[in-house]
Amino acid sequence: MTDQRSQAEIVRQSLKQRYRKERRFRAYGIAAIAVALAALVILFADIIGKGYAGFMKTTLTLDVQLDGEMMYLDDASDERQLKMADFVEPLVQALIKEVPSATESDRDAVRDLINPYASVTLRDALKANPEWLNTTRTMTFLAHTDVDVYVKHAGDEAYSIKLSEQQQAWVDQLQEQGVVETSFNDVFFENGDSRDPSKAGILGAVVGSLLTMFVTLILSFPIGVAAAIYLEEFAPQNKLTDFIEVNINNLAAVPSIIFGLLGLAVFINLFGMPRSVPVVGGLVLTLMTLPTIIISSRAAIKSVPPSIREAAEGIGASKMQVVLHHVLPLAMPGMLTGSIIGMAQALGETAPLLLIGMVAFIVDVPDGFFDSATVLPVQVFLWAGSPELAFIERASAAIMVLLTFLISMNALAIWMRKRLERRW
Amino acid sequence: MKLNKALAIAAVAGSVAAMSAPAMARDTISIVGSSTVYPFATVVAERFGTKTDYNTPKLESTGSGGGMKLFCQGIGTQHPDITNASRRMKPSEYDLCQKNGVKDITEFRIGSDGIVIASSNKADNLDITLEQLFLALGKEVPNPENEKELIPNPYKTWSEIDSGLPNVAIRVMGPPPTSGTRDSFNELALQGGCEDLPAVADMSEDDMEAVCQSIREDGAFIEAGENDNLIVQKLIDDEGMYGVFGYSFLEENADRLQAATLNGKVPTAEGIAADEYPVARSLFFYVKKAHVGVIPGMAEYVEEFVSPAAMGPNGYLKSVGLIVPPREALMNLQDKAADLPNLQKDELM
Repeated sequence: MTDQRSQAEIVRQSLKQRYRKERRFRAYGIAAIAVALAALVILFADIIGKGYAGFMKTTLTLDVQLDGEMMYLDDASDERQLKMADFVEPLVQALIKEVPSATESDRDAVRDLINPYASVTLRDALKANPEWLNTTRTMTFLAHTDVDVYVKHAGDEAYSIKLSEQQQAWVDQLQEQGVVETSFNDVFFENGDSRDPSKAGILGAVVGSLLTMFVTLILSFPIGVAAAIYLEEFAPQNKLTDFIEVNINNLAAVPSIIFGLLGLAVFINLFGMPRSVPVVGGLVLTLMTLPTIIISSRAAIKSVPPSIREAAEGIGASKMQVVLHHVLPLAMPGMLTGSIIGMAQALGETAPLLLIGMVAFIVDVPDGFFDSATVLPVQVFLWAGSPELAFIERASAAIMVLLTFLISMNALAIWMRKRLERRW
Repeated sequence: MKLNKALAIAAVAGSVAAMSAPAMARDTISIVGSSTVYPFATVVAERFGTKTDYNTPKLESTGSGGGMKLFCQGIGTQHPDITNASRRMKPSEYDLCQKNGVKDITEFRIGSDGIVIASSNKADNLDITLEQLFLALGKEVPNPENEKELIPNPYKTWSEIDSGLPNVAIRVMGPPPTSGTRDSFNELALQGGCEDLPAVADMSEDDMEAVCQSIREDGAFIEAGENDNLIVQKLIDDEGMYGVFGYSFLEENADRLQAATLNGKVPTAEGIAADEYPVARSLFFYVKKAHVGVIPGMAEYVEEFVSPAAMGPNGYLKSVGLIVPPREALMNLQDKAADLPNLQKDELM
């Protein structure tokens, strides 16, 4: 009796300590989550804090007098004349008119407020509408990057303002007059890369990413699923299949740059495929994604209960019918989820693309699988390394676009799992 | 059935990709090479793309050596058409080109780049010789007591090297070994200040290079990564610090930084262009002549690069920091762009 009581006593006495221990254990867990969340919050705050300005552009709205004599142009449909004509002068004149304090001697300082590519915009407008010659048009042009930086970041220590004090005064005045305005940066979504931050956009990289991902999906999904089905349903259990399984698991852990080296050696050097094209990028990323898809597809097939197979076999279905009519449809949600996660991984990959030449300055938006292209994370990498400070905000803005893609892909995977998953 | 179809599509897609690729014609110029020339070449490429109806050339920044290797791999659309370099082609690279059938190459020297040692304009400016610079930064330097013997670098402050130099600790930030700027700095500045020292006079060329191009690793030289903005920021915050980078960066920050005088020469655009400043290098690009006329727009791209609009005294390349060649050299370049003369091996020796 006394023994038993003392045992209960011991338990009771230690209870407090055990509760304390448990509380401490929980606190550790909460602290761990807090650290992870804090890191995430800091990351997002930094990216959004830097990147929001990248979604704004600074423009000049000018009444441009398209005087043929000033431009040395008397027929805007003549290609040769268009090539030789001066499209800068009308812009400078229009801007000087808006700044009464500027005189002819300040023309260089005034010109430096206009984006160097504004003259190209004017040329293309005239090319498309030759009848505009010798009329006055109200048109909107991009401002110079220095003006853009000044308007967005005046007073910000991190940015050096390159405008002179006189130019700053003009810009302030023009802002009051409504000539200089900031608006949503549609240029960012309509253009390819550029060395001029105001003109740089991500469309080229987004299209490149989509083309590359399409090649990856169309190759890796069927191959991965076929491999998984064979290994799970048909392959005999022996040393060879064990060996294959070990290798597939190993491949999933191989650093991605190795796949880039392989791609360079096989696709480019051996098969003579061109550099920097989405097809080669897609092939390399296929190699990288395949193990992920095979492993997740095998897990999905394994989770289909054997009773389904047995029932199908029981009513006389062949092995192939069992697999195609019963196992595959039931395993499909799991396979798709695994594939989407594999694709999301591939979407964020830069290292293997470095070796096959997709880390490159490409201005034109690709329009096919054999056109030079780059991808979103590479664009981020290129801009982050640029000396121009205005590219930093573009890089952060591009990160936000990339994250949006990744989050929506992962959300789709979760939604499909919730929606299609069947519990047994 | 679904699976069969998917498999069939995969097989077709795979074989189409594999078969059609080598036969693909390329209509975009492909350019590789130096990261120093990259900021200039990209601007030219973009202007060329907007000005003409040709596609905008594609540029990869592979470094000078990597670019040469790709360029010399052969003739054909899968190989690049033009390579940029922040140094001259080496004879061994020329041989590689010849061996792989890249026989006719034209060389363009497009301008210069100087490497400067800068500090905050509030700091003591340096006025040093290359030899003193080597004594400050070399890993092993001659023993002051016995000039034939090499000892690990004992100097802690600049004034220990020469009493005329400022009495501040030697702390220099510079580019990492992967950078072309570092290569040129080692070759032109450090080796330039070391090769005439008696301690290395009897050494074989390789040994001499190994001694002359080794930078001390005791914390006096700080590798800063490729981010030059970071070095500038550090120099402004810390007045005892000196930094190594390209001339164009000094120009960008002329209101906050000052450059050290080397061998009595202050870096100026003219001095660098005329090769008077001791740590100046030339920038080049090389054109594969077999591709001219095959890849559309190559001749026109070269023309644009050497046009007065780009490389003239008021050209747009000057505004991005290229030290443009003098007028006469520019005229020669334009003649070259018209004739595309072949590069001969003995020019490189």
